[in-house]
Amino acid sequence: MLTSPALDYNLLAPILIILGGALLGVLVEGFVGRTYRARIQLVLALASVAVAFGWVVSIRADVSQSAAVDSVSIDGGGLFLQGTILVLAFVALLFFSQNDHFAPQASALPGSAEEAQALSAGVQMTEIYPLVLFAISGMLLFPVAHDLITLFVALEVLSIPLYIITGLARRRRLLSQEAALKYFLLGAYSSAFFLFGAAFLYGFSGSLSLGQIRTAAAAPGANHIFLFLGVLFISVGLLFKVGAVPFHSWTPDVYQGAPTPVTGFMAACTKVAAFGAMFRIFIVAFSSIQNDWRPVFVAISIVTMAGGAIAVIVQRDVKRTLAYSSITHAGFLLAGAIALSKAGLTSMMFYLVAYGFATIGAFGIVTLVRDSTGEVSDIDRWAGLAKKSPGVATAFALFLMSFGGIPLTAGFIAKFSIFTAVYATGNIAILVVGVLSSAIALFFYLRVVLIMFFKEPTDDTVTVAVPSFLVSSGIVICFVATLVLGVYPNLLFNLANTMTTLVP
Amino acid sequence: MNLLTLTIILPLVGVLALAVAPRENTKAIKLIALFTSVITLISSLLMLTKYKFGVSGFQLVTSHSWFKVFNINYAIGIDGLALVLILLTTVLVPIVIVGGWNESENGRWSVKTFYALILILETFMVGEFAATDVFLFYVIFEAMLIPVYFLIGGFGRGDRAAAALKFLLYSLFGGLLMLAAVIGIFVVSLHQGPGSFDVTTLSHLKISHNTQDWLFLGFFIAFAIKAPLFPFHTWLPGAARSATPGTSILVLGVLDKVGTYGMIRFCLTLFPEASKTFAPYIIVLSLFSIIYGAFLAIGQKDLNSLIAFTSISHFGFIILGIFAMTSQGITGATLYMVNHGFSTAALFLVGGWMIQRRKSSQIADFGGLQRITPVMAWCFFIAGMSALALPGLSSFVSEFLVLIGTFTRYPAAAVIGTVGIVLAALYVLILVQRALHGPLQEGNEDIPDLNRREKFAIAPVIIALVFLGFYPKPAIHIIDPMTSQVMAQASMSDPTPLAGK
Repeated sequence: MLTSPALDYNLLAPILIILGGALLGVLVEGFVGRTYRARIQLVLALASVAVAFGWVVSIRADVSQSAAVDSVSIDGGGLFLQGTILVLAFVALLFFSQNDHFAPQASALPGSAEEAQALSAGVQMTEIYPLVLFAISGMLLFPVAHDLITLFVALEVLSIPLYIITGLARRRRLLSQEAALKYFLLGAYSSAFFLFGAAFLYGFSGSLSLGQIRTAAAAPGANHIFLFLGVLFISVGLLFKVGAVPFHSWTPDVYQGAPTPVTGFMAACTKVAAFGAMFRIFIVAFSSIQNDWRPVFVAISIVTMAGGAIAVIVQRDVKRTLAYSSITHAGFLLAGAIALSKAGLTSMMFYLVAYGFATIGAFGIVTLVRDSTGEVSDIDRWAGLAKKSPGVATAFALFLMSFGGIPLTAGFIAKFSIFTAVYATGNIAILVVGVLSSAIALFFYLRVVLIMFFKEPTDDTVTVAVPSFLVSSGIVICFVATLVLGVYPNLLFNLANTMTTLVP
Repeated sequence: MNLLTLTIILPLVGVLALAVAPRENTKAIKLIALFTSVITLISSLLMLTKYKFGVSGFQLVTSHSWFKVFNINYAIGIDGLALVLILLTTVLVPIVIVGGWNESENGRWSVKTFYALILILETFMVGEFAATDVFLFYVIFEAMLIPVYFLIGGFGRGDRAAAALKFLLYSLFGGLLMLAAVIGIFVVSLHQGPGSFDVTTLSHLKISHNTQDWLFLGFFIAFAIKAPLFPFHTWLPGAARSATPGTSILVLGVLDKVGTYGMIRFCLTLFPEASKTFAPYIIVLSLFSIIYGAFLAIGQKDLNSLIAFTSISHFGFIILGIFAMTSQGITGATLYMVNHGFSTAALFLVGGWMIQRRKSSQIADFGGLQRITPVMAWCFFIAGMSALALPGLSSFVSEFLVLIGTFTRYPAAAVIGTVGIVLAALYVLILVQRALHGPLQEGNEDIPDLNRREKFAIAPVIIALVFLGFYPKPAIHIIDPMTSQVMAQASMSDPTPLAGK
């Protein structure tokens, strides 16, 4: 006899609200005229995210292993990450309100007559909002998924809309489409690796549930070959998503090609979801064999930190710079994740918030620096930005300092807590490399500050666009969050510290 | 409110007042800045009324929880070491503002920005010396670089952006090494009970030799870059050449003292064993600094570079005194920090006025100033004499104490150090001869002498140099209890005099 599975709708509501918002967005796309469509879509998207966040807050104390049979586990860690994703997505969506970043008609070939026609008719792409909501729903599911199939579904649901919206840039469309294709192809490979790993793990344990896999892995006398193969392939899939070396090569191209508001959203929110899932998988399923995989992850963390920091020095493009910087941060986060301790999880969660705000804010500022053909991402042309717009230059400098981990910014507290957690587990190599790569990356960040503040403006065609209310409030939110979390970290850190429960 | 907290916060109140002041009214802005710094000075002097002299340990302490999970507190307090350096800071800031009344006007940014940066820097400097929480100390250590970066890069001369960047990179690199050590000592304390950043609690930890060595190096290199000790000094001459005189005074006179302050406060008290292990090497490096700095100073053609290299030589003496680890050495080194602050201030102030008037910083362009501008020349002469530690001026007392203190433990080092005094006489007297005496250089005929404002700025510095030269007792009285406490914490005792053996 078949029984319908028991679902705890209360606990799944945040995901369902976002999905509902996305479906509603599709209907709006079909039935609402062009005049109001963009505005309605934006409000709908922001409202869904806000309501979902409110719901997460209301269920913050709940712990459940059976929200959706055995597939979704709701607990403090998962809810904190869901809340983080929703807050960051809300801020990132504010930057989507600048419609001129997206191609008017994505299906028109670049340079074709249709494109010109769509441009002159003032057609606006608004399906980007439902696509973003679909991606968010996948991101919300990813860190709470408790079996491999759910994990895979969440991974695909979050990835596929991202592949599409990467290709939607209004200017330099070929670059954007190339980025989308690259992202899609490599993403498809990594998904395949993930699935392959899942199959091995199923073969090893006879179950897809993380809990069952743990039991099987801890059992004495088991043949671990398939387990190791499974861990290996699953790790490849996850490391690709977080952009860790050596699976990072897509990051600079995709970050550069995607429309800048999308890059900000993707860089911040995907990392939260992917690190959340990674931490859960490794602590729940694989912690009993950590002596086997940890050395590999230590090595990956080290090369990711160092590689990102070294590569960033030679960059000339702001978006690529931020991409390499995000790779370095992935290395730091990985270090926190493999501490496999409560302190490691707390500091990782704090780090994700700090990094997310600075990243979204930084990409938000990139959308403002323009010339007649669109955004200017060549660093040398940012010379003298502080003269043109002191506020924008100061905000960008603050975000860079947060990336670099200068005290009194959120990034410093994040780095400090991660290093402490790592050192407490006795891993001095990561600490030393982390400190050194911070120093290397700082060299670059300071050069950008120098270019903005101490160089005379050389290029009069570069201007700073006057931001709309939504865009400026987005930047202000990121600025204030970066500063406040740096000066008074208690606010968030205590919360993170109490929300580190992970159900087994 | 605690007077110490008040002294830390007051400059920030001034920054708020500056923020609402009208942008064009530069005179009002300068007066607000001056007023704020004088009020801060008064507040810091009032601390003397609450301070119990002759008592060791921290006084005027306050502690508020700041970052709970890591047991980090806003914890401040002063002992003799902190008190004299805080007073040095609060005295020098108004002098810098009066002395460099017009140096803010040719900058990249507004006058308002200049004074806001100076006042923010003052808050950080006082807070840095007052911090008794290692984490708080580290945060300020890094944060205070930012205002200096913008002061050099925004208001300096010549290749100011590059000099500012070099300064910042060196210091940040040192800071990151220190961060690793700060985390390290916290984790050690975590293993021995509830984790703590309190400097007194940390000084009771039992740390294994090997760990102590590494943590010591993390702190020491950061401080050596700051101080600056040979071979970590290369950022200094560029910064001194490019910064305005006022900024140079604050950087060399106060900011760099954070390095030597940290050596006493953290290196000696937290890692006594490692300090003993490394002391001989550090003493060699400090002797190098003394001799090398002096030789390079002799060869300089640029006035600001010359002053910078004399400072490297003087910091060599300070570090020599600290790592001789005798009471005279440490007391002398601490007193030296104060005296060096004043003598550098005098050199940069008068040097800055000379450069401003002559529109050149080449020593060769001066000459014959003694006849044209007698007051300025005499002031410069006194400043120079204090740099060569002429008896009767304050530097003599401290240099003498350092050398005595060193001699009892490392006689050879003291002998070599004495050579530095001879070289000091060389570089100062050559400078005085070229810049003040000799034939009148063309273009110098119409140089005006010091005006009333400038005399007003230099007078307190010269009074301090002479007063502390003849009567150093009050300062030593403040410093001594701290010295004996440091010696006790490091379980060091003064070597028996040779004659007593």
